[in-house]
Amino acid sequence: MTFSQDDFRDSALVKTALDELKRITTRPWVIMEICGGQTHAIMQYGLDQLLPPSLELVHGPGCPVCVTPLELVDKAIAIAYHPDVIFCSFGDMLRVPGSNEDLFSVRAKGGQVRVVYSPLDAIQTAKDNPKKEVVFFAIGFETTAPVNAASVLQAENLGLNNYSVLVSQVCVPPAMEAILSSPLNRVQGFLAAGHVCSVMGYWEYLPLAEKYKIPIVVTGFEPLDLVSGILQTVRQLEKATYIVENAYSRVVTQLGNRSALTMINKVYIPVDRNWRGIGMIPLSGWGLRPEYAKFDAELRFDTSGIQVMESKICIAGEILQGIKKPFECPAFRVDCDPSRPLGAPMVSSEGACSAYYRYSSEGSN
Amino acid sequence: MTLQSQPSFVNASCPLPLPHDSRIVMGHGSGGRMTRDLIRQVFRPLFSNPALDASNDFAVLPSQDGKLVISTDNHIVSPLFFPGGDIGRLAVCGTVNDIAVSGAKPLYLTAGFIIEEGFLIEDLVRIVSSMKIALEESGVLIVAGDTKVVEKGKADGVFINTTGVGWRSNNLNIGGENAHPGDAVIISGTLADHGIAVLSARGDLALESSIESDVAPLNGLITDLLHSTPEIHVFRDPTRGGLATTLNEIAHQSHVEIVLDEKTIPISLPVKSCCEMLGFDPLYVANEGKLVIILPEKETNGVLDILKNHKYGGQAARIGSISEGKKPRVLLNTLIGGTRILDMLSGEMLPRIC
Repeated sequence: MTFSQDDFRDSALVKTALDELKRITTRPWVIMEICGGQTHAIMQYGLDQLLPPSLELVHGPGCPVCVTPLELVDKAIAIAYHPDVIFCSFGDMLRVPGSNEDLFSVRAKGGQVRVVYSPLDAIQTAKDNPKKEVVFFAIGFETTAPVNAASVLQAENLGLNNYSVLVSQVCVPPAMEAILSSPLNRVQGFLAAGHVCSVMGYWEYLPLAEKYKIPIVVTGFEPLDLVSGILQTVRQLEKATYIVENAYSRVVTQLGNRSALTMINKVYIPVDRNWRGIGMIPLSGWGLRPEYAKFDAELRFDTSGIQVMESKICIAGEILQGIKKPFECPAFRVDCDPSRPLGAPMVSSEGACSAYYRYSSEGSN
Repeated sequence: MTLQSQPSFVNASCPLPLPHDSRIVMGHGSGGRMTRDLIRQVFRPLFSNPALDASNDFAVLPSQDGKLVISTDNHIVSPLFFPGGDIGRLAVCGTVNDIAVSGAKPLYLTAGFIIEEGFLIEDLVRIVSSMKIALEESGVLIVAGDTKVVEKGKADGVFINTTGVGWRSNNLNIGGENAHPGDAVIISGTLADHGIAVLSARGDLALESSIESDVAPLNGLITDLLHSTPEIHVFRDPTRGGLATTLNEIAHQSHVEIVLDEKTIPISLPVKSCCEMLGFDPLYVANEGKLVIILPEKETNGVLDILKNHKYGGQAARIGSISEGKKPRVLLNTLIGGTRILDMLSGEMLPRIC
């Protein structure tokens, strides 16, 4: 059976699922959607207003540009200023504020900063510009890891000596564990990020659900996917069960995408990673394996001596952990908006602050 | 004398100056003979009309009854040629439409070209020919022009400024400040075609599509609409910033709330798919041949009939209405029955990561 995208946006089907959700919800529950793409879909469709009032959705740290540490943004900026460098990045990253400026300012001052949609475009740039050093900002969650790893493998196959990656690759399950083990945690159920699980599968979540006695439901991005994910989570909460369920089975399997995983494991090893606004989480990301060290931009360029400085007003850390909502920030819509962001969640099309800014009237005058 | 008997210049000792007839060089902007030749060879044959052919530094034009309407626009686009149009068509239509949405009849344009050294004259001819086609369609004349050449690297091929004038009848009152509670909002066709066509033609996103720009002169359509319904309150072309930004401007000008119904907003499937892939909201992507019409509810069906029978209005739809509202803003009733705010575009739209 095939589905069209419109089936998952069908207002009658969504209403039926919402009615069922209202029927079974007897108590207040706090559910976190991990992925920023889900946060945006929820706000974009106005789904938050259609849920039973006792359900609270909090927004998770699943926004890749938001959690990329400031130090790496500053390193990216330093590298991009190098006259022999063409710095390639996903578009979202260009406006993320570093300590003093962003990659857009580097471009305005003459640095060669290019937006690419895929690291394979950066490989092409490296082929086309043999006298330049092409650096790709390899950020993201498990979703971008396979293609970022593929670019390294391709560079090796092509014998490209002028390609390197600045890696800030992070993983969802350690971040979920960090949230669950925090004394401030309010989250009672998780919508796991469907796209991440399409790569990794959902086997990693089984021990988490067991250890923290929390339901985890793999959820997609269309309105009906989201309501179904929430419905399954609430059903478990009401019955006090805590298993991992897959509400995105048209895309996700338990074991994930084998060839993508092979590529990731070939190029990357698990490493400790700093998360912007959250701090260091042990083994929460990937770095290049020693045999691919020659493609590591941090080794190729001297970026020592960078002093990082976060905005004093921005509460991105609390927002990324679901402790506060964007409109609770004193800077929201006042000193911070998508054209003058103080923190990364206001920049990205997956950032919670930008979702509230774009789609919600809360916090507006 | 036969051809074979002509002397050979191969070994001539006095070097002949190169003709520079394939690329623009700095001399084409000198104001001297080369400039004159460029005008004679490229611009005048295609733009010819009595005011221009008088060869003065000014154009003397007859006045008309009503009010003079004037508008200017700088046109820059990369790439210069894209599916459905090019910078020339854009430069004519952009300014023609800015005049026409006031309810005025656009009559004359001026055109200023800033050309980068090394630009292919063949490409310039293509652009000017495309302008001629758009001029003929819109019934507008170019009556004055200017050409400057800048050094290689100081411009991106060619930039074109067009300034337009038109006359508006005294009894028309059309403008962004005239939206009234109870009015209906109509869009003349599918959204975001231009922005996505240009983006995919740019090539740096390795995106291939069959999407064509909608760039078109709308003055003919506007004339037809005004003939049947002089009661139209607002015309606006939702160019940069897209429909959402345009409607926000109108909401603020008229101090009203605009409520749109998402399921009625026409967007073609390829455009919708591209936007979803890139993380763009089509309501914020540029259009160059679409018209927002705000008018009394009772006129809606008549206007939709005219639109649907016009070549630039086949996909027209009623997409929302104007209400009193507590504050000027635009709201969208979503596909699944939620409501969200549609703010103005803030900054540049960026392709998303995953």
